[in-house]
Amino acid sequence: MTGDTLTSDQYIQHHLTNLTYGQFADGHWGFAHGAEDLAEMGFWSINVDTMFWSLTLGFVFLFIFMAAARKATTGVPGTLQNLCEIAVEFVEDNVTQVFGTRPNAIIGPLSLTILVWVFLMNLMDLIPVDFIPHAAQLAGVPYFKVVATTDPNATLGMSFGVFVLVLYYNFKIKGPFKFGAGLFTHPIPHWSMYWFNFILEIVDMIAKPLSHGLRLFGNLYAGEMIFILIALLPFYAQWALSLPWAIFHILIIGLQAFVFMILTIVYLTQAHETGEH
Amino acid sequence: MNINLTMLGQLISFVMFVLFCMKFVWPYLTQVMRERQALIAEGLEKATAAEKQLEQANESAAVELEQAKKQSAELIAQARNRANQLVEEAKEKAKEEAEKIILGAQSDIDQEINRAREQLRARLGELAIEGAEKILESTIDRGIHQEMLTKLSAQL
Repeated sequence: MTGDTLTSDQYIQHHLTNLTYGQFADGHWGFAHGAEDLAEMGFWSINVDTMFWSLTLGFVFLFIFMAAARKATTGVPGTLQNLCEIAVEFVEDNVTQVFGTRPNAIIGPLSLTILVWVFLMNLMDLIPVDFIPHAAQLAGVPYFKVVATTDPNATLGMSFGVFVLVLYYNFKIKGPFKFGAGLFTHPIPHWSMYWFNFILEIVDMIAKPLSHGLRLFGNLYAGEMIFILIALLPFYAQWALSLPWAIFHILIIGLQAFVFMILTIVYLTQAHETGEH
Repeated sequence: MNINLTMLGQLISFVMFVLFCMKFVWPYLTQVMRERQALIAEGLEKATAAEKQLEQANESAAVELEQAKKQSAELIAQARNRANQLVEEAKEKAKEEAEKIILGAQSDIDQEINRAREQLRARLGELAIEGAEKILESTIDRGIHQEMLTKLSAQL
């Protein structure tokens, strides 16, 4: 609990609000302090906490793996190299199983980045919900969400990145004509149903990145929500619920990172498939 | 939940991280893993080959040892035969030599005996003449008695 002045409602609301920087209606720039400010800022604002944590953790990922890659040896590997090789091998196995052995320079590193980065961002969920926001509040920062993947901006940003790649490969592998024709002829190959096919395919295409991003967001958001609700209990009772939930959450964290990665591979595989499926 | 610029920022950092990973992480780690795989495969292959070689070497060593044993046994047998033969030959030769020596000695002895006999015979003739002279107190005319003397010495 952050203080006696907050009601449970306000407490939950506070923990679910991002630290957003943007332009107010009167023209000055600053941090939002509540829902009205956010509505005022609209699209042209940025969640500083999300960006901070995602960039920090991204660099942590790169730092660890680049350190391992620089000192990589074909002989007996050290602990760090071993750890990184486990991750690389796991990703490679999944790529080979789903995508096959088609030569593609991007799908491996892309999947590895997603797996480790999303995992690290999810991992922040295991830090007790009040530690960092409370410290930030003492430092004068009003809001500070720690788990970047509980911000739909973060997850949708990644899923749209994947979507752009999917479109790129659709154009590259199938060619614009075949890809365009596929939108009309796909589920029911009869000319009278082309309009219907088109609607279906467009919905399908838009649903992919949305569900991709929102799935990760929803899982982590719900998990975070439960941690916040548990934090509303009296301090002596919290461990009874937060401990089992945290242990269960260890599974969720890895699983959601894995699901996000495997869906990326599946979408890219579909974009590469030229025949009917 | 409100969608804002963060999404774009996230997209940009995502692309950046993927590019970094593509350039500085993935190729090195995968290459090292491939190389190690090859090394291990090679090592295992070599180990198998070495094992086979060892087996063959053990087998051939056993065969050679067996042969060497047989050969040495043969050599020993030959040497023993040869030694026996030599001893026999030496014995034979020694016997011959001894016989020869004995024969030589015998003939020497015979010659000595003959010579001694001759001398004795001559001496005896003289002694007999001397004796006879002394008995007769006169000289015996050698010319007259030569025949008798020769008969006498021949009887001796």
